[in-house]
Amino acid sequence: MKRVDLIVIGAGPAGLSAAIEASSRGLSTVVFDENARPGGQLFKQIHKFFGSKEHKAKIRGFRIGQTLLDEAGKAGVDVVLNATVMGIYMEKEVVVRIGKAIEHIKADAIIVATGASENMVTFKGWTLPGVIGAGAAQTMMNLHGIKPGSRILMLGTGNVGLVVSFQLLQAGCEVVALADAAPSIGGYGVHAAKVARTGVPFYLSHTIVEAEGTDHVTGVTIAEVDHSFNFIPGTEKHFDVDTICVAVGLSPMSQLLKMAGCKMEDNPKRGGQVPIIDEHGATSVPGIFAAGDVAGIEEASSAMIEGRQAGLYASEYLGYIQDDTFGEGEADLDAALSGLRQGMFAPGNKGKVIEKTDEGIPVSTSLLHHGFVADDEIERFPGVTHRSGVHPVIECTQNIPCNPCQDACPKKCIEVGEHITALPHINEDNPCINCGMCVASCPGQAIFLIDEDCGDGTAEITLPYEFLPVPEEGTAGTALSRDGNPVCPATVVKLRTSKAFDQTVLLTMKVPKACAMQARFFKAN
Amino acid sequence: MSTRLTTHPILGTYEKGPKVNFTYDGKPMTGYEGEPIAMALKAAGVMVHRYTSKKHNPRGIFCAIGRCTDCVMIVDGKPNVRTCMTPLKAGMTIQTQYGVSAEPFPELEEKA
Amino acid sequence: MSKNKGLTSLNDRSAAIPPFVPAADDDRIICRCEEVTKGEIRKAVHAGLWTLTEIRRYLRCGMGLCQGQTCAKLVKGIIARELGVSPALIEPATSRSPMRPTEMEVIANESEVDFK
Repeated sequence: MKRVDLIVIGAGPAGLSAAIEASSRGLSTVVFDENARPGGQLFKQIHKFFGSKEHKAKIRGFRIGQTLLDEAGKAGVDVVLNATVMGIYMEKEVVVRIGKAIEHIKADAIIVATGASENMVTFKGWTLPGVIGAGAAQTMMNLHGIKPGSRILMLGTGNVGLVVSFQLLQAGCEVVALADAAPSIGGYGVHAAKVARTGVPFYLSHTIVEAEGTDHVTGVTIAEVDHSFNFIPGTEKHFDVDTICVAVGLSPMSQLLKMAGCKMEDNPKRGGQVPIIDEHGATSVPGIFAAGDVAGIEEASSAMIEGRQAGLYASEYLGYIQDDTFGEGEADLDAALSGLRQGMFAPGNKGKVIEKTDEGIPVSTSLLHHGFVADDEIERFPGVTHRSGVHPVIECTQNIPCNPCQDACPKKCIEVGEHITALPHINEDNPCINCGMCVASCPGQAIFLIDEDCGDGTAEITLPYEFLPVPEEGTAGTALSRDGNPVCPATVVKLRTSKAFDQTVLLTMKVPKACAMQARFFKAN
Repeated sequence: MSTRLTTHPILGTYEKGPKVNFTYDGKPMTGYEGEPIAMALKAAGVMVHRYTSKKHNPRGIFCAIGRCTDCVMIVDGKPNVRTCMTPLKAGMTIQTQYGVSAEPFPELEEKA
Repeated sequence: MSKNKGLTSLNDRSAAIPPFVPAADDDRIICRCEEVTKGEIRKAVHAGLWTLTEIRRYLRCGMGLCQGQTCAKLVKGIIARELGVSPALIEPATSRSPMRPTEMEVIANESEVDFK
């Protein structure tokens, strides 16, 4: 039997961060992961992350994954792949399957960072091939370059359902609709808005009646549900689809912690069975820590910080950190984590209906029920202002922890302020130089650069564009409004790419002046 | 109809191993070495991986990350192999799994 | 599903739960691995099996290849609804090794692989 100071289970964002922290403090550390590749789900995340600079905001998930791997390499972390931990036994003995053999390793501390598994709902036909988890869709298209289907219905409007729907569109799939049994959209409004403006309809208070097909999915019927989630007869809608994607939440994969004897609780706000932990990730068993989704479902950004904390406290537990050096790193991590846990979508607000923003502005009901802010609602938000010449219009309408726009603007036109959940507003004193950095840096793709009056009866709108093919300059097409409906003819007049934009193309389209505040997406004819 | 993406707006191109041949229920097919067997089959349009023991119902890819075990097939004679986790190698013999055997259920024989 | 007001603890065996009423979706598969239906699970609850572990042993749901990874939460929800209690009240299933399906030849092959 081998012995190490610390065993980390799971090489996702939390586990890798924990191992980097612990290794750099001098602990002999080994990370086991059952997968063939490290990084957990990070390499399937191709969108830009929310948060602030210290949370690696506006960087795409898979790039964060690569950075973590590089850091782990530098820190000398030993990551063993295809290594399935089968159990945790007395005295922190871990039994792990590596290849065709069973290995016993003893540690003095264990950090469990096993992540989560997908929840499911059942409906008639849910076992048919073609009904897949949203994670499966991400695995197919973002890791292996395989289209999950050609026509797809998404069930679930949490962040996973919204983000994966957008990714399906990016992979060239047709998303026929998003449905959710809940009466309002569960994820960030900006994620919903970027799907809605491409023309995908949202059906809230709707769920699947039946997946149709004999050997695989050929269609789906959804229907509206009442307050008790019973189908309302006569509200059925049918779609021809070959794939149904299910994104109805995640559950912590906490079985190992339970087996290790950690005190557990059933906590719906944290996603199910979770270990009872203190603010540093320590469980009820001394020396066993939990970090990331296994300790409560959140985002990868918070998982990385929780991992760092667990690594730090495991180092302290084993005597590698002296009291006088401890405080510094700890305070920074606490601040970074509490920053992410604020705003409307904070873990404590799960299930609550929030009617007003922190600024006292009524939340867009159209956004919650249809996925887009209505024309008569948009003007009340502080990022939406009017002036002559090119200026940013920020359609960011909910308090979420995110502020890259503020850092991106070299002229300090955009201000979020001290609280990263505040709605961005425009500083009218500072000029906009049309550099496009705000458009490309907004993880919610909610910023547009608009010249409302070019002097010849037209307006120009610059928007983020992340699809293929990119229409060439001069391409004639149709501008779609926030709701995805055609609003006016449009012509592509400029395309900008830059390393700083990180694969986001800035597409500028010319539209009739009257449509400046409606046109938000370009579709080639 | 191929479901393989050649380019992606964010990811660009995908790194793939060399092209290799394998068989699926006796039919020759090609895929890329090292990609999960399930991905090679999906790209070839195969939806049904197995039929269940009791009800003889079709199943295919469901979670694609080794959790649900719905995508198991008979690989080189061994049943219950998770095709979403097992890398494709040249010359593999992949068979639809009926219950735990490669023998089609009588009522499905015609289809197979 | 009718709510049973009397039942506040799973140890309260004096409070009878309402009788089993067949439902249209009783033939729906809940445990994908062992092909256990919703009706079978509901009937088991009415036969007096109120924990995940009991239902597992009686019907085998959650004892197939995936070890309840997909169905555990679903089964819990069904038991809770039949009993008219919150799912949080239902005792979770036991967690034990191996956490993933493992062949006997591997379990028998204990070794000192050099992982560094």
